[in-house]
Amino acid sequence: MGSTSIEGASSADRWYRIITTACALSIPLLLGFIALQVFVGAWPAFEKFGLSFLTGSTWDVGAGEFGAAPMIYGTVVSSVLALVLATPLALGVAIFLSEFAPPWLRQPVAFLVDLLAAIPSVVYGLWGIFVLLPVLREDVMPFLATTLGLGNTPLFSGPAYGNSMLAASVILAIMILPYISAVAREVLMAVPRAQREAALALGATRWEMIRDAVVPYARSGIIGGIILGLGRALGETMAVTMLIGNRAELSASLFAPGYTLASVIANEFAEASTEFHTAALMACGAVLLVVTLMVNMIARWLVGRVAREGR
Amino acid sequence: MATTSRPTGQQRAFAERTGRSLGRRRVTNAVMLGIMYVAAFAATLPLVFILVHLAREGASSLDLAFFTRMPKPVGETGGGMANAITGTLILIAIAAAIGLPIGIGAGLHLAEQRGTRLANAVRFLSDVLNGLPSIVMGIFAWQVLVRPIGHFSALAGGIALGVMMIPLVTRTTEEMIRLVPTSLREAALALGYARWRTSLSIVLRTALPGIVTGALVAVARIAGETAPLIFTAFGNQFWSTALDQPMAALPLQIYSYATSPFDDWHRLAWAGALVLIALVLIISLVARFATRSRFTAGHD
Repeated sequence: MGSTSIEGASSADRWYRIITTACALSIPLLLGFIALQVFVGAWPAFEKFGLSFLTGSTWDVGAGEFGAAPMIYGTVVSSVLALVLATPLALGVAIFLSEFAPPWLRQPVAFLVDLLAAIPSVVYGLWGIFVLLPVLREDVMPFLATTLGLGNTPLFSGPAYGNSMLAASVILAIMILPYISAVAREVLMAVPRAQREAALALGATRWEMIRDAVVPYARSGIIGGIILGLGRALGETMAVTMLIGNRAELSASLFAPGYTLASVIANEFAEASTEFHTAALMACGAVLLVVTLMVNMIARWLVGRVAREGR
Repeated sequence: MATTSRPTGQQRAFAERTGRSLGRRRVTNAVMLGIMYVAAFAATLPLVFILVHLAREGASSLDLAFFTRMPKPVGETGGGMANAITGTLILIAIAAAIGLPIGIGAGLHLAEQRGTRLANAVRFLSDVLNGLPSIVMGIFAWQVLVRPIGHFSALAGGIALGVMMIPLVTRTTEEMIRLVPTSLREAALALGYARWRTSLSIVLRTALPGIVTGALVAVARIAGETAPLIFTAFGNQFWSTALDQPMAALPLQIYSYATSPFDDWHRLAWAGALVLIALVLIISLVARFATRSRFTAGHD
């Protein structure tokens, strides 16, 4: 009697363990399955175009010619520019919240910045179309081109339509700001108190303490947070699709419309009628998948390193 | 002491700076402090701008008809998004049915098998899965669930969202279970509870408020997702609750109305965005208060 009940419990324990392990295993399996399926779908395009899929700059659906260079360029440029715009602000907020902010301000400011991450991408896109684009077209772009006289440089040349690489970068910067600042805040908080007290005891001002004692300690974690933001920016779809202009052309000007790997999929996939068009779009997805996987792994590794050292 | 060790670059920089006049250092300090305040203020501005504009534009076009009527064809004014609101709720339900059990199961495993190689790998890969662009999830679901069947379906969209929920739920579940004191688990085991009962009816139950919070945060995140739905759930101008058919969703409707050339549709897009944001923010706020009460309760 007694032995059966113990056996019953142990077999239930075994089942419990099997089920939770299966749930845990499903995560790596899903990741592998997703990668496999995307590559299977993309295969016809890789097979037909080979490396020229990555280097070709002609994306002509009618002619059946697919080179993703403009999308890769657009993805990289819009993301990097977004990082350049967002990083100083994000680090400023993170340092403010972890070092300076009076307690009564800390919670509300952190909450408001975190809320930025909760706004759906499509709402950013909507706001971008009706609020951001007119401001860029009528104020910011003429200011950069005429008032500052940058219109002759290749970066700011050409007509100001609004829909442009610049618009996509600005919206991306707003969208990734909360991610960077959240990670940076976390690693700054993980810096031991002794590190700060030692600097202050040596007579450092608060800014010197931050510069010389706090930020260097958290550096790799902060960089990890920035790379995490880059990963978000690379794969961000809807807001970019609604603002970047969706034109597959290589142009040095930030005022010119562009395309990204994610936005070409969002824009064309549902209407793709030929097998190669679909495969080429899935190949864009495959490139995006590989790049974001690598970027995320690097970022997690960097952030994890600070968390481990901080203990 | 260690006279042989040379000062590091950091120490040298520090010495150099402290060598400057105190007044100058105080000015630098004040200036940088000011810049940080400005940065914090500037970072909250976009949110304020977006919410204010959304409230103004959305509220003026939001009425009861928006919730109860169907979309009207081009050229006819009025109409609502009853089908899209219903569709979004159905898609969230499908996603939660997939994401919650798997995520909670995986979270239990990670918290209980702490430090094993599998647990470490799964934790890392779940963060990686979490960073996967949602559009990639869309083409995956299309390849697996739409292409073989031959038509768009709500189920494919719900599953894509469900897969996105798994890593979010896994990590919060793990964290919440880790907060449960080991003594509680040991007490239950000492009383003769089987391991599985200890885990489910003692540990999981204690951690439940936190797990609910995590689940709500995950729902809030996927509720507004558009990219994975464009070629899975696809959208639908008509009333449909069939899971094997295309289904309307609020984010999809906002996307197609915002990019249309019609003023009346722009108006509806703003109203839709207001409803979507309200949905997301209410879920987030509920989640936040659930956590807060949990942590204050945990102090005694």
